[in-house]
Amino acid sequence: MNRYLLPLGVFAGLVLLLGVGLSLNPREVPSPLIGKPAPSFELPQLHDPQQNFAPAQMKGQVWVLNVWASWCAACRDEHPVLADFARTGATPLYGLNYKDRRDDAIAWLKRYGDPYAASVVDADGRIGIDYGVYGVPETYVIDKQGVIRYKRIGPVTPALLKEKIVPLIAELNRG
Amino acid sequence: MNAGKVTRHSLLVLTIMLSLGPAAWAGEAQPVAADPALEERVTALATELRCLVCQNQTLADSNAPLAVDLRNQIRERMREGASERDIIAYMVERYGDFVLYRPPWKATTLLLWLGPILLMLGGLAALYYRLARRRREEAKPALSGAERARAAALLRDDTGADKR
Repeated sequence: MNRYLLPLGVFAGLVLLLGVGLSLNPREVPSPLIGKPAPSFELPQLHDPQQNFAPAQMKGQVWVLNVWASWCAACRDEHPVLADFARTGATPLYGLNYKDRRDDAIAWLKRYGDPYAASVVDADGRIGIDYGVYGVPETYVIDKQGVIRYKRIGPVTPALLKEKIVPLIAELNRG
Repeated sequence: MNAGKVTRHSLLVLTIMLSLGPAAWAGEAQPVAADPALEERVTALATELRCLVCQNQTLADSNAPLAVDLRNQIRERMREGASERDIIAYMVERYGDFVLYRPPWKATTLLLWLGPILLMLGGLAALYYRLARRRREEAKPALSGAERARAAALLRDDTGADKR
């Protein structure tokens, strides 16, 4: 009896281990930026290139930075969710227009609607690298002290918004 | 980047390349780098780093736009005099330990580094235990003295019976 129990136990353990491994998403790399100050930048705004935007201007406010591009198909899927979020007016939502062409980006916002308080232009993706962007869209929640508290790689879903992002923002606003 | 988009895109490229035949590759040779020594260092470091878009490729192998950007970033920093160690720190700061093909030695990676050794030690211990047990059993005589005498008596009896 014991002779069969041992291999069976080893097998069950292996199945469990591999099962857990399969259910993990390798795209969700834990970001080292959580709990660190949001990298600073100063970039021209999409609609008004004369004006710059810098995260330093947002000190004292909880805000959300969303990395997007007109060439990014998943951003299209995410767009209505962000529009809903912007309508609630919970916090300011800023866009980082990543490696895009200005004309394309403006046309895209015109076509689908512009949920952003403002978007800034990161044409060569340098700021994207500082924020560890590798799968557009990406979304960051930044607290009053300018520290990144949450990062989402990939589109924000309604469930994620409701269960994670909105409660987190409410908590950060209280604090 | 969306995976579907990448697949569709590469399929398209593949189709075009196949339909044009080998001539399509002819013009593709990379321009000779201005500074071959620097380029060699860039490539050496890029093979140590993971491309986050195509996760099973190194930065050196991948042609994803982000990989190209990051290679340019490495080149730029090296030109400014940054060492390999500086650049690795720069990458880890942004993308985490996951960018490293050689994971660092720390508390969360102990099992990763020691796991194979532990498994091997476990296997060796099991093997030793089994071999020792087998040797013990082989050393034991098959019959004890009393059993042997009884067997001999039985055999004698048997031959007697046959003669009768």
